[in-house]
Amino acid sequence: MTPAIRVEHLTRRFGAFTAVRDVSFHVEKGEIFGYLGANGAGKSTTIRMLCGLLAPSEGDAVVAGHRVSREPEAIKWRIGYMSQKFSLYRDLGARENLEFYGGAYGLGGRRLRRRIAEVVELTDLAEVRDVPTGELPGGIRQRVALANAILHEPEIVFLDEPTAGVDPVSRRAFWRLIRHMAEAGTTVFVTTHYMDEAEYCARIGLMVAGRLAALDTPAALKRRHAPGTTWHVEAPAILRHLAALRRLPGVVEATAFGRGAHVRVAEGAPTGEAELRAALAAAGVPPTLVEPVAPTLEDVFLAVASADEQAAGTAAAWEDPA
Amino acid sequence: MNAPAAIEVRGLARAFGEVRAVDGVDFAIREGELYGLVGADGAGKTTTVRLLAGLLDPDGGEARVLGLDPRDPRVREQVGLMPQQYSLYGDLSVGENLHFFGRLFCIPRAEYRRRVDRLLAITRLGPFLDRRASALSGGMYKKLALAAALLHEPRVLLLDEPTNGVDPVSRRELWELLYEFVGEGMAVLVCTPYMDEAERCHRVGMMNAGRILDEGAPAELVARFPHETFTVEGGAGELDAAARARLHPVLEAAPEVVAASPAGPTLRVVVRRGAAGALAGRLAPLGARLAPTRPEFEDLYLARMAAGGAA
Ligand SMILES: Nc1ncnc2c1ncn2[C@@H]1O[C@H](COP(=O)(O)OP(=O)(O)OP(=O)(O)O)[C@@H](O)[C@H]1O
Ligand SMILES: [Mg+2]
Repeated sequence: MTPAIRVEHLTRRFGAFTAVRDVSFHVEKGEIFGYLGANGAGKSTTIRMLCGLLAPSEGDAVVAGHRVSREPEAIKWRIGYMSQKFSLYRDLGARENLEFYGGAYGLGGRRLRRRIAEVVELTDLAEVRDVPTGELPGGIRQRVALANAILHEPEIVFLDEPTAGVDPVSRRAFWRLIRHMAEAGTTVFVTTHYMDEAEYCARIGLMVAGRLAALDTPAALKRRHAPGTTWHVEAPAILRHLAALRRLPGVVEATAFGRGAHVRVAEGAPTGEAELRAALAAAGVPPTLVEPVAPTLEDVFLAVASADEQAAGTAAAWEDPA
Repeated sequence: MNAPAAIEVRGLARAFGEVRAVDGVDFAIREGELYGLVGADGAGKTTTVRLLAGLLDPDGGEARVLGLDPRDPRVREQVGLMPQQYSLYGDLSVGENLHFFGRLFCIPRAEYRRRVDRLLAITRLGPFLDRRASALSGGMYKKLALAAALLHEPRVLLLDEPTNGVDPVSRRELWELLYEFVGEGMAVLVCTPYMDEAERCHRVGMMNAGRILDEGAPAELVARFPHETFTVEGGAGELDAAARARLHPVLEAAPEVVAASPAGPTLRVVVRRGAAGALAGRLAPLGARLAPTRPEFEDLYLARMAAGGAA
């Protein structure tokens, strides 16, 4: 089966700065593909190239059968794009926004009316379809933006942080929609900073400073990038005592996690429950809980992002303008 | 615990036409306290922040910041504000934006350098001093806005969803930084849709439809949680994607279930206290069982909102 998206050595420079550097991967048809990375890692820039909105400096990609370098216009008809920035007409209602976008995509008449009815139902917007989108709560507005992106029945949708700032109830509703779309055969390319959402993706690409630093299923990423033992630790004001934990032998990572902290200890290191408890007690905050837990994608993200950064140096994205 | 109240709000109300955005809210925030307001969009969090920043007049009740009316000019220079929407000059570079705020608050040069260096290190914006704010990525922009709000080290800090779009690494570092400032006596009000951040606040107010439904320390609220939380397991512990897809609707339809959601390779379910046996009986023929787990703040939020947000 030909993949929905094939990315080949894609590169984008802005002046002397390289935002995306020699990135290659592919996305299968009907897959939910997660694209993760720190702020400025190059996620949105990649998406804009794949949508035919920004020309690559080098490399190329085939999206829905068309090359982004040669036929960016043809791609527009085959994909849906929900940008990170708010892109709706705020003083128009959902239905009017859909009519407008439908027109821009060359839909009209019966077909447009049928599609509007379908996406309004799918995204559960019937009750609010005439409220100006500027007055809608963010979670609902994101569903309007999604309705717009899928109106012309694209085979691939690119969702750039569709749930940023959305509360947990609406986030769940949104992901239910994403799963339904994928089940119906649509390929979903999505970015997020919520690592619990990333768990829903079949595969994940992790960008660090413009490069693709890791790519695999969530389970494989955890096995590979968060080895050792991960401890969940709770103690009063623990965020002020992470340094005490980081000093223990074999501690690779000690960071805030929920109301406590996650501490990852390298395989075979002499730091266990007793040592963690003792270190915090010595710091004056005896822990209320110390237990081993399964690593999460957040642990993976932290491990990959910091390892790569140390190897490359933060400023390595800069090069001579030559 | 007896530090004076830096922020005090009594019966605060503000309507826009028919919509009662803030509808009789009471809370107090002490110096050295980090208070979180959580709730869906439209719950009234932003309006509360704008009332406290003196950007909006209340039409009921009152707000006091450092003992004064928020609109009093003497309050302004003691308060830092990070609004949810754009707050920087897109045409100015990262460095110029910071410099502008430094001048605005008349920060002495040596002190300015010290603070800017610290903030740039934490936000990782150091290498991008010359980039125009409009060319920053979404999350980089947010971090710059937060740095600008922290630059004059205000006594009271109002943060409206400061970490939307900020990556997990920076989010952690920003919280460690907030804790440092709070340890030095800053009072912070932070609105957030992230439940893991809510759990890091000293106290949290859960807001819905203009009112605070529940308030307390996160651990207390979780301890008072009336339901039980479980993960759903299959034969081999984890569930495969097909099993998750099959079980999820069953859980959502079960009368014992308050909220069900995917959680990594399993499903997480909040069950009415005492009803776990009945639910287990429903799941057994489907090859799944319940494993107890500690409730998280997010479970509490989901349960509260599933109950229709009623007080
Ligand atoms: N027009 C431009 N001129 C200069 N630099 C740019 C331009 N557009 C993007 N960049 C830079 O490219 C880098 C990657 O930006 P991009 O928006 O792709 O990041 P991102 O991974 O989407 O980050 P975020 O998670 O914050 O959304 C950033 O350093 C950004 O400042
Ligand atoms: Mg982006």
